[in-house]
Amino acid sequence: MGKTFKKPEALSDAHTHYCPGCTHGVIHRLVAETIDELGIRGRTVGIAPVGCAVLAYNYFNCDFQEAAHGRAPAMATGIKRVRPDLMVFTYQGDGDLASIGMGEIIHAANRGEKFTTIFVNNAIYGMTGGQMAPTTMPDQRTSTSPFGRKVEEVGMPIKMAELLAALQTPAYISRQTVIKPKYITKAKKAIKQAFTYQLENKCFSLVEVVSTCPTNWGMTPVQAVEWTEKTLLAYYQPGDYKVPA
Amino acid sequence: MQSEIMFAGFGGQGILLIGKVLAHAAMEEGFEVAWVPSYGPEMRGGTAYCTVVISDRPIGSPIIKNPLHLVAMNGPSLEKFAPTVKKGGIIFINSSLIAFGANRDDVDELRVPVVEIAKDLGSVKAANIVALSAFVARSGIVSMETLKQCIKEEFSKKPKLIPLNMEAVAAGERAARK
Amino acid sequence: MAKVLMKGNEAIGEAAIRAGCLNYFAYPITPQSEVAEYLVRRLPEVGGVFLQGESEVAVGYMIFGAAGAGVRVFTTSSSPGISLMSEAISYIAAAQCPAVFVNIMRGGPGLGGILPSQADYLQATKGIGHGDCRLLVMAPASVQEAVEMVMKAFPLAEKYRNPVMILGDGLIGQMMEPVEFPDQLKTEPSNKDAWATNGMDHRKSKTRNLVKSLFLDPVQLNDNNLALKAKYDRMRAEEVMSESYNTDGDYKGLIVSYGTMSRVCRTAIDMLKTEGIDVGMIRPQTVFPFPEKAVAEAAMKPSCMHVLSIEMSMGQMIEDVERSVKGRIPVSWYGKCGGDIPTPEEVIDVVRERIA
Repeated sequence: MGKTFKKPEALSDAHTHYCPGCTHGVIHRLVAETIDELGIRGRTVGIAPVGCAVLAYNYFNCDFQEAAHGRAPAMATGIKRVRPDLMVFTYQGDGDLASIGMGEIIHAANRGEKFTTIFVNNAIYGMTGGQMAPTTMPDQRTSTSPFGRKVEEVGMPIKMAELLAALQTPAYISRQTVIKPKYITKAKKAIKQAFTYQLENKCFSLVEVVSTCPTNWGMTPVQAVEWTEKTLLAYYQPGDYKVPA
Repeated sequence: MQSEIMFAGFGGQGILLIGKVLAHAAMEEGFEVAWVPSYGPEMRGGTAYCTVVISDRPIGSPIIKNPLHLVAMNGPSLEKFAPTVKKGGIIFINSSLIAFGANRDDVDELRVPVVEIAKDLGSVKAANIVALSAFVARSGIVSMETLKQCIKEEFSKKPKLIPLNMEAVAAGERAARK
Repeated sequence: MAKVLMKGNEAIGEAAIRAGCLNYFAYPITPQSEVAEYLVRRLPEVGGVFLQGESEVAVGYMIFGAAGAGVRVFTTSSSPGISLMSEAISYIAAAQCPAVFVNIMRGGPGLGGILPSQADYLQATKGIGHGDCRLLVMAPASVQEAVEMVMKAFPLAEKYRNPVMILGDGLIGQMMEPVEFPDQLKTEPSNKDAWATNGMDHRKSKTRNLVKSLFLDPVQLNDNNLALKAKYDRMRAEEVMSESYNTDGDYKGLIVSYGTMSRVCRTAIDMLKTEGIDVGMIRPQTVFPFPEKAVAEAAMKPSCMHVLSIEMSMGQMIEDVERSVKGRIPVSWYGKCGGDIPTPEEVIDVVRERIA
């Protein structure tokens, strides 16, 4: 009997450094499966962010570049413009994409750059140890909002999928999550769709994946899944926000 | 031997262009040349000037405080730059717009009503070419033939304008001889 | 090829194309926007890539991405814009990618002004980004030299897998001079398959390439910095360029000056010579590596009593001049950097006062 379940070729053998209950590993796998299924590993370039996924280049087995904080969409633009035959994706967190890199993602999306962004939103800065992000929920406690996020001081959390979908340039913008198997199937479909649009040279594509950070949320993995489902998904509702004509 | 020519006037009078045409003509005649524009804040205020340096050896400083010649297309330019012109140089004055003189007795003052001349030819836009031609005819800094060639090249993408500009050259040359 | 009369900024754009660089990303800033205005029309004719980025910050990383993918790529900017790109320059140097940056300097600090300046000397030669990184920096004194340096810059960037900068003052960009373009370069970025993210399918090895600057392990980071240092030392040994003027005979003083300023000094030296005063000049063509040896040797001529560092800054290059002269004779500075370029007469006054 042959193997029915195996590691995608687009993943390396390295053990990840991600915490228990973190969903980065699942998202990595979905991206890697997509790369395998589309047969594009030999012409794919990934771009790692600054954040927890900074070491993503160790876990994917394809060409990779590592960006400065927030600048992955600009690097992807540089690569894709000079080598349109390459498949380019950025893998960015919410601090990276929605805070310091807001300008780069908006302009790349608005230019209709033909690359794919996997946007992992866990409502907190993970790598630096749990500081408030632009996506942190109202009253959510972080190390820089120890009494909870005060909306009257720092505004409401930014809904990136909705914001990007408001741009007039055609794009594929979807929000998914991977906290339970039923969501994972949909997330996989969206990620594959995003890469397929790029393969067809159709449009910019972005999949926001609502994720967990039990370590910095101060929760067990099970509590984190529950909080995500109850609180985050109520605000960051899954679905396709923009589909190209 | 080095000559420096300052072209000065309002933005829109084609000042930078006639400087460039002269630099081009001098280059064609084998001289070393540099065309140095003013691109500072004064450009935004509506005045434009440039300096063309023409030399028979590599050009050192392209920054010229005292040019040999001046082509002044408006009053403020003449007021400002006439005192800086070297002794023995030419001061060309667009007398259509400037009622006063250079107030110097050690330069060759050439007054030409370039706007009226250009109007008679059919377009005031050719006034800058009338001025350049009159200055070149008086100074002999390049030959009229080379100048005509370079003007033709400058307008090669708008060939309809070439006959008008050739008439402007002839008119400028005549005006300088008067 | 016949000489053509071209504005420095446009000639720089054309020179890049002739160097085989068909990829340009930039953001508008005076006094160098003509490069973009020229290339937006010219690059499509040769099948090149032109993109106006949303900021200099983004452009820096567009350059990084494209350079990492193994193509020739360049940008042009001016002082404040280069400050914004300096983060990316540090990353590119750390990740060892070749790229060319042109800085047509304007007055600073802050928003400063838009007129010619040389006040980014220390930034370009010593402080371009965080960390131990350096650029190879060439400083042209004419439009022709700007063209030649741009064409040299790409092969040099690839030789060292390091960013190279052309450091010109605003006048080099704005002035028109006759230019003769060297022959089209036929070379390509060599050995890029060993490091570039140009897609595994394109490479024999079929192993993946990684372009990165993160080394969390202190030993590895130190090793990377040692590798960078070895390259910078090699630049010091192999790439120094300078020109001397009026240094054959005896002279009482020596001027060190570069770019447009050096041309003003050359005129001043010619004028002084007619009065019987001899002054020599060393004109650095590379400012990193700095021509220490040429300056030291010229300063050591027994007749030479004083060295003047004349620059359109408040005294930046003088630090390299002093380092070269090593205190053996007095070194002093003269300059202006508001955009009002010193005239030959002003230089002569300084020479008279301090040397003659």
